[in-house]
Amino acid sequence: MTEQKNQTSAREIVCIVCPNGCRIQCKETDGQIVCNGQKCMRGKEYAIAELTHPMRSLTTSVRTVFPDSPVVSVRTSGEIEKSKLIDVTKALGQIIVDQRIKIGDIIAENICDTGINVICTSDRLVHPY
Amino acid sequence: MIQELYFDVTVIGAGPAGLAAALASDHEGAKTLLIEREARLGGILKQCIHDGFGLVRFGEKLSGPEYAERFIEQLPDSHVEVWTLSFVSEIKREKNESLLTVITREGMKRIRTRSLILATGCRERTSRQIGVHGRHCAGVLTAGTAQYYTNILGKLPTKRCVILGSGDIGLIMARRLTLEGAKVVGVYEAKPTPSGLMRNVSQCLWDFDIPLQVSKTVTRVIGDARLTAVEIASVDACMCPIKGTEEIIPCDALILSVGLIPENELAESIGVPIDFKTKGAVVDERNETLLRGVFACGNALHVNDLVDYVSESGEVAGKAAASPTNRSRGLVPVECDQSLLYVVPQRLCRNSEEMERVFFFRSARDMDNATLTVAKGEQVLFTKKFAHLRPPEMERIPITLSKKELDGNLPLRFHLEE
Ligand SMILES: Cc1cc2nc3c(=O)[nH]c(=O)nc-3n(C[C@H](O)[C@H](O)[C@H](O)COP(=O)(O)OP(=O)(O)OC[C@H]3O[C@@H](n4cnc5c(N)ncnc54)[C@H](O)[C@@H]3O)c2cc1C
Ligand code: SF4
Repeated sequence: MTEQKNQTSAREIVCIVCPNGCRIQCKETDGQIVCNGQKCMRGKEYAIAELTHPMRSLTTSVRTVFPDSPVVSVRTSGEIEKSKLIDVTKALGQIIVDQRIKIGDIIAENICDTGINVICTSDRLVHPY
Repeated sequence: MIQELYFDVTVIGAGPAGLAAALASDHEGAKTLLIEREARLGGILKQCIHDGFGLVRFGEKLSGPEYAERFIEQLPDSHVEVWTLSFVSEIKREKNESLLTVITREGMKRIRTRSLILATGCRERTSRQIGVHGRHCAGVLTAGTAQYYTNILGKLPTKRCVILGSGDIGLIMARRLTLEGAKVVGVYEAKPTPSGLMRNVSQCLWDFDIPLQVSKTVTRVIGDARLTAVEIASVDACMCPIKGTEEIIPCDALILSVGLIPENELAESIGVPIDFKTKGAVVDERNETLLRGVFACGNALHVNDLVDYVSESGEVAGKAAASPTNRSRGLVPVECDQSLLYVVPQRLCRNSEEMERVFFFRSARDMDNATLTVAKGEQVLFTKKFAHLRPPEMERIPITLSKKELDGNLPLRFHLEE
């Protein structure tokens, strides 16, 4: 990152919204952000969010009581602040699933006060195969 | 005497490729069998719990199991017969039909099938295949195995590890292990650029301050029963370790993410010709191999980075396998020069009614503002510009070619120029 007078900073951001992975050159002058290199508008939105309040979705697993599937995969139903990824993962480490839940079932509401739920992403606990 | 069962189409492997192939074949009205050696359907997707699947197909960022479920849930409404815990041990060819020996829970079964679809996925390269020295000790494992331990068994395979190779699975596991509380010392890549997708470098390494060390490799593994450290060295342009740059890094695991190769044992056993570039079967645009009635799709055909294209390739194979023709294909070779790593399909049917053909290719190196040219002899049939091409990112491109353009014996040649 380079700091110049009249508060200009530049950063290259790799867009993770779609597989194209555009490299976006961002220049910030006195709070104004200019972006170059994105193939579509979603890239610009991503880059600006990335510079102001980076968000991520989290995918992980939680433990279960079932020997046939000792863990089941879960994810956040929406994006959470990037800085909270580790906290949320730790909180999920405390949960043990004791019911045969299916895709979409909520296993934790408003996790770590993010306003976001954590949902199950696998049917391995209910499937015959 | 074991009874012989007949199916129009038999699909081996129930990952995303096999699932799509079986459903497409059933949709065309063919009597279809789907064989899977594991207890559960979904293939490698079962353990890929991260999201990013299905962006092209469903416009959603699904996790692997969710993506697989979109196909698995269609099976009960179809007529596809599904055999899990069933392993195809042998295939024989009789005229244009295939005879399969399958080991199942109920014992051995024999299948006669008109069309056979190989959807057996791919394997990970191991340390022996890349020449890491040192004695064989516990703690050296592939990224896919680490993923299986973490995401399926719920057991963390390491507390402090080094990842060798910057393939996507390695990048994804770097993040996964970090979140689970392990220390990932770094990802080491012998090439000067990462081999995974840039978006994975960004969201898996940069987000967690995991160092990516390029032009470096593991030269030795250290430890008796269990790994205790690895030796890392810088490499020169020819990938040879540079003397004097060695350093020892203490760790309890070395995780390998050094590439995938199509699983082709069954294909080779019946003499399906293999492309040395893709390491998968040579196919036409319907994914039929050079053996009539034998098809290949998904990662068994060539290693894909997007599951959406894997499903597409399964559907193409399933549809074609369900409606075979005995007509001569009039195969036209498709070739590429050294500016491309490979192009699939490697043959075109001159006698096809369909004029639009879908090609998949990878460039041989990073290129900006590259032009793809498809030519037959001196005649240029197609050109297209690409802003960026990177070998890890496969390109999909539909090209319309008329019967006349495919006339004659000259091959189609793919070429890239900056
Ligand atoms: C670790 C990893 C991470 C990935 N991440 C992403 C991602 O983030 N986004 C994305 O879009 N794509 C991703 N991909 C790519 C995509 O998921 C794979 O390309 C896709 O799953 C391959 O599907 P497949 O059906 O060809 O093979 P597989 O899923 O491997 O399925 C092959 C099946 O065949 C069975 N089989 C093999 N041999 C036999 C036999 N002899 N008899 C019976 N059954 C047999 C196997 O048990 C297996 O179930 C990832 C791939 C991997 C490996
Ligand atoms: S800018 Fe648009 S096209 Fe480029 S990676 Fe982001 S979403 Fe995809």
